[in-house]
Amino acid sequence: MTYTIVNHVLDYFELEQGGLWSLIGAIAVWAAPITGFVAIVGLVSIWLERKISAHIQCRLGPMEVGPHGLLQTLADGIKLLGKEDLVPKNADRALFALAPMMVFAATFVSFACIPFSEKAIIADLDIGIFFIAAVGSLEAIGVVMAGWSSNNKWSLFGAVRAATQVVSYEIPLSLALLAGVLCAGSMSLVDISQAQGGWIWSWFIFRNPFMWIMFLIYFIASLAECQRAPFDLPEAESELVSGFHTEYSGMRFAIFFLAEYGKMYVVSAVGVVLFFGGWLSGIPAIDGIGGITGNLIGAGVMITKSFLLVCVQMWIRWTLPRIRLDQVMDLCLKYLLPISLVCLMLIAVWQGLMPTFDEFGIAMIAAMALGFMQMRRIYRKAIEASKTRLSLPTMKV
Amino acid sequence: MTEISTREIDQHGDVKTEEMLLNMGPQHPSTHGVFRVVIRTDGEIVIDAESHIGYLHRCFEKICENVNYTKATPYTDRLDYLMAMGNNLGYALAVEKLMDVEVPERAEYIRVIVTELSRIASHLLAIGTYGMDIGAITPFLYCFRDREKILFILETICGQRLNYNYVRIGGVAYDMDAAMLTMVREFCDYFLPRVMEYNDLLTYNGIFIERTANVGVLTPERAIAFGCTGPVLRGSGVARDLRKDAPYSVYGRFDFEVPVGSGEAGTTGDCFDRYMVRMREMIESVKIIRQALDQIADGPYKTDKIKSKPKPNKGDAYTAVENARGELGFYLVSDGSDTAFRLKCRSPAFSNVSVLHELCRGAMVADVVAIIGSLDIVMGEIDR
Repeated sequence: MTYTIVNHVLDYFELEQGGLWSLIGAIAVWAAPITGFVAIVGLVSIWLERKISAHIQCRLGPMEVGPHGLLQTLADGIKLLGKEDLVPKNADRALFALAPMMVFAATFVSFACIPFSEKAIIADLDIGIFFIAAVGSLEAIGVVMAGWSSNNKWSLFGAVRAATQVVSYEIPLSLALLAGVLCAGSMSLVDISQAQGGWIWSWFIFRNPFMWIMFLIYFIASLAECQRAPFDLPEAESELVSGFHTEYSGMRFAIFFLAEYGKMYVVSAVGVVLFFGGWLSGIPAIDGIGGITGNLIGAGVMITKSFLLVCVQMWIRWTLPRIRLDQVMDLCLKYLLPISLVCLMLIAVWQGLMPTFDEFGIAMIAAMALGFMQMRRIYRKAIEASKTRLSLPTMKV
Repeated sequence: MTEISTREIDQHGDVKTEEMLLNMGPQHPSTHGVFRVVIRTDGEIVIDAESHIGYLHRCFEKICENVNYTKATPYTDRLDYLMAMGNNLGYALAVEKLMDVEVPERAEYIRVIVTELSRIASHLLAIGTYGMDIGAITPFLYCFRDREKILFILETICGQRLNYNYVRIGGVAYDMDAAMLTMVREFCDYFLPRVMEYNDLLTYNGIFIERTANVGVLTPERAIAFGCTGPVLRGSGVARDLRKDAPYSVYGRFDFEVPVGSGEAGTTGDCFDRYMVRMREMIESVKIIRQALDQIADGPYKTDKIKSKPKPNKGDAYTAVENARGELGFYLVSDGSDTAFRLKCRSPAFSNVSVLHELCRGAMVADVVAIIGSLDIVMGEIDR
């Protein structure tokens, strides 16, 4: 797919295939639109974050530039572009300049393997999941570079925290990825999505009860991978000023920012592909539409689902306090890792022994719907439990 | 980096690590003002912390020796700028004690109402910023939403939002009319359910409890030895509240409790206890305000025995009031002229912050922020 389009373009301009022109062609056909997409994802996510946080906090958020502040991020971006390019005096200049590129590239490359729809994928690698897990952790190197080169103790603290955290959470994250691979029998993200074709209950999350746990583990671990609250220790504002990007300003800071939101989208998209049927809408009649229309609908479905997960990430960020470093490690190594190992084993056993049948998926959906309906009661109960523990006096109005 | 030589490996074969000196502040988001802590760390563990103060020093005590008694009142506003009413009250009580004048009853009630409103505002800020120190940003804005309502009421009463200069020697600056009293009453009705909202959002949050329980444990003995007062002392389980123990103004007439920490989530005297004491004190303040609103009667709002330039007789006086941060004391020495011969201010936050290095030892870097937040320091008062 990738090469056919590029080759087609090259043929059109009567240029030789292979070599430099193929590279330029690939950049023009694939890299440029993806860069645009990442930028738009960044812009929209930042706007969403500001709006969601504002509404959570009884505020309005940006309202001035554009309708409901839609263009505020753009204005901020232009402001950041116009800023002076500052490098601290004793910083390691080369690493300092390289770090944001490294972080951005790690996020950017991941987009290559994410299917927007059946055909809209840049590189349908057979080891797509592996690729994403591998390049995703490159981001930690960029963060460490940023922290080290800044020659600032706060930055260094942030960098070391980032390295600790990302390396640890890689393990449960990868195990959660393997769960999807086990169910689909393939590492290609397109194959994994297609294995979830059919009605909504064919999605992997409804395949067996352990997938649900695996998704939670994946989500928690992906929050830690993105360094999002409650795992935002590397850039903990109240502790480390700004963590690894304390010394960054202007466009370099903007690139860090963009990479963070790009990464949020990537982990959400991978989560959607692995657990929520990727671009499939869960209705066979819609998924059956082929051609350009079908692919466009698929891309729409995929982006919507991913942004829903991104919104959940934001929701969590603006609600929860931050965990301490030792608690972060405890959570990963004492809870997530063993649970994910056991779950993976059980999923493997389930895959081997239980036939896949729709009734189970329907039952799962029903059980989950019931669970959601009880959510409020469960939440109140949890609050009551800690209230009794803390014996707060009853307040009369 | 240079490669690791054999010298840098200790006898156990481990790579030798060094301690790091971390300079926290004076410009740091969590030091609540211009406060500097130099932390010696071993990785994330704090070995030692040393606090440096004085960045906000502005010779408050010396200024008060050079202006007359009335003119000194606005300077007291700037001490604990989050609870300026309490500072005004403390100073006014000291001068009144020196001059031996009685303040009209209505003035006393108005003083109690505005002071308790200020206390709620101050605790709201303490709780909100504490949540922010722990990493939860939303409770901060919830607290500010309600603090804003208090500031609006105080602005209506005296025209200022932060530095009021309202409680004057011999009474208060302006009277509170019926509409203002109604505003206060409505605020009380509005506010109590909001406390439960903060609890749902922050107090009962598992992460919050994990972060604050068993962190920065201050034993009652150490708290007393360091002269800690206010929520910091009460968080350690010592029920000392000047409003109860040595009632000034009309506090003796109100029925309220003194919340103390009891180690609900962990050890007695940990950050959570100090936080919880503040949370409960807000409820007690609402109780006091309601009683004051019920008891307040018509009458003059200031005594006419005090002239614009009061001249107390020779002598000295010490008064202490329970401010949001603890015991705020004013010691006045008069030489018979219209300016004080000496004014010494005992600021609660100064004593409270002196315990910081002891609490920080052995904690993690993230805990240092939690501990500073739980001490609830105001630099305007520490540096004076």
